[in-house]
Amino acid sequence: MTDQDLCIENVTKTFGGFTAVDDLTLTIPDGSFFALLGASGCGKTTTLRMVAGLEEPTAGRITLGGLDITRMRPYKRPVNTVFQSYALFPHMSVADNVAFGLRRKGENRADTRRKVAEMLDLVQLGQYGSRRPAQLSGGQQQRVALARALVNQPEVLLLDEPLGALDLKLRRQMQIELKRIQTEVGITFVHVTHDQEEAMTMADTVAVMQAGRIEQLGAPAEMYEFPASAFVANFLGQSNLIKAEVTGQADGHVTVDAHGNRLAVPSARCRVTSGTALLGVRPEKLHLADGLAAVPSGHAAVQGVVTDASFTGVSTQYLVRAPWGSELTVFVPNSGIAAPALPGAQVAVHWSPAHSFLVGS
Amino acid sequence: MRGFWRWIAEKWVLLLGFVLLAYLFVPIAVVMLLSFNQPASRNTTYVLDLSTFDFTWHNWTDICGAAGLCDSLMRSIYVGLSATLIATILGTLISFALVRYRFWGRGSTNTLIFLPMATPEIVMGTSLLTLFLGLQIPMGFLTILIAHVMFCISFVVVTVKARLAGLDPRLQEAAMDLYATPWQAFRLVILPLVLPGIVAAALLAFSLSFDDFIITNFVTGTSDYTTFPMFIWGSNLRGIPPQVNAIATAMFLISFAFVIAGQLRTRRRSARRAATS
Repeated sequence: MTDQDLCIENVTKTFGGFTAVDDLTLTIPDGSFFALLGASGCGKTTTLRMVAGLEEPTAGRITLGGLDITRMRPYKRPVNTVFQSYALFPHMSVADNVAFGLRRKGENRADTRRKVAEMLDLVQLGQYGSRRPAQLSGGQQQRVALARALVNQPEVLLLDEPLGALDLKLRRQMQIELKRIQTEVGITFVHVTHDQEEAMTMADTVAVMQAGRIEQLGAPAEMYEFPASAFVANFLGQSNLIKAEVTGQADGHVTVDAHGNRLAVPSARCRVTSGTALLGVRPEKLHLADGLAAVPSGHAAVQGVVTDASFTGVSTQYLVRAPWGSELTVFVPNSGIAAPALPGAQVAVHWSPAHSFLVGS
Repeated sequence: MRGFWRWIAEKWVLLLGFVLLAYLFVPIAVVMLLSFNQPASRNTTYVLDLSTFDFTWHNWTDICGAAGLCDSLMRSIYVGLSATLIATILGTLISFALVRYRFWGRGSTNTLIFLPMATPEIVMGTSLLTLFLGLQIPMGFLTILIAHVMFCISFVVVTVKARLAGLDPRLQEAAMDLYATPWQAFRLVILPLVLPGIVAAALLAFSLSFDDFIITNFVTGTSDYTTFPMFIWGSNLRGIPPQVNAIATAMFLISFAFVIAGQLRTRRRSARRAATS
């Protein structure tokens, strides 16, 4: 724990009878790229606004580098925000927009001019200083908003769905750009988004929020491979979740009974070890075989019938109906090794137990 | 002949446009022309007979010649400026409250603020007169000012509110996020963006106050605080001094100059924008 960590301690925010953020405790390490991921209404934007000082917590404490900023006015915090709507000042030039914060802080003219020019270069808008925001494209406006916040060298930069208004291609481009800038300036970025792919691509640490609480927090790959709950398993990517009863534990494995199939999951990959649970496997970790005889030894398998096959280019997505009626999604890469299965074919779906996980239902 | 009808068929919209423009501007042109006429008597101030037209600069050089004319004009300007100042400040504050804050009675305030606009002036004039008499407020400048501020506020609120409602509430937050105090955020971001609305509201308020006759006539009572519209109405009974036409023309020209200046400014700004893009 370094000095400039952002700590949110037992913070609750209610609006009338509605609890937007519910007893949230979170430490965001200095210099990290942190993503708050969740569906709309999960409390992620409210959390961000409390850090910015635009909302006051109902209860709890927010500290930045040991300094209590819970009730500090927004204009006194060493924190800047990139708003979803950008909120650029339409009556000022791009350069004046970027210089706004420096001028309020009383920076001298020469330094202000130099910093503004450097920052516009950083976001590749060097020639656009004299233009008005309305004369720029959406992507350019987004970069002005970023420059306007970053130029103040805040301790923490808050980004509220900053790429939400951009089209897909531009969004991809800006994701890489934002990541590059963050690495370059080394400032803590707190990025709020509902796009799981965006969160996973950019952030060092992702916190999945639901109903004002954090469901899981961790590195993207770690969370994707071993989600903490059924919600995270489905919110971060796609998962096949099979209802199962835990039957026992033996040599490092938890055995379960899933609709009459006896399956095993390594104990280290089990969030629950008793009662009714959900066995999860990612679609790309499932494989197809012609029959149970063709399943490699050590793999778990269930039989099924292919009901749908859709070609998506890099892979083919199969829907396989299991004997108990629900459908499993299987992604098979189009590597040209196996012949495609046709709808109606009898297949065995198999996976390595090390790729499965068990979560509470 | 066929060529003529063809020409008409092609240009009739344009012609209609000219006819309409003429319809709008002929009365003003007549007043302008009459400002250079020396009528034979005060009863013929508004007789435009080109055979007896007697050209003179006198109405312009001796613009305050008629007794009481310029005094009433100054009173109207004074009342107009005072009412505009008060109504614009109060109306702007009301607009901010209505757009920015949620409070008890906001909905009904929003509706009631339109009431003075909808009430016939004659009704408002009589009720104000009754009120002032009942409260025993002496008639004169004060009662006129109170009445003018009252009916101007509604128009200011409507005009400023429209401008404010179109403003992203995040702008204020963005300014505060960038170290501006609430006052700096207002002065540097919100005010410059709302200012065109406030200026428009003030111009509207002034013109409403300046030419109000009906309400003013009631709330002046028996005092001798005669405003310009009341002076004209009063002198109409005895014959209007020809200087009135010169003043009317001057007022028209001043407003016209404002419009032209505004247009030039907009045009120059868009030209500059085109040059930078």
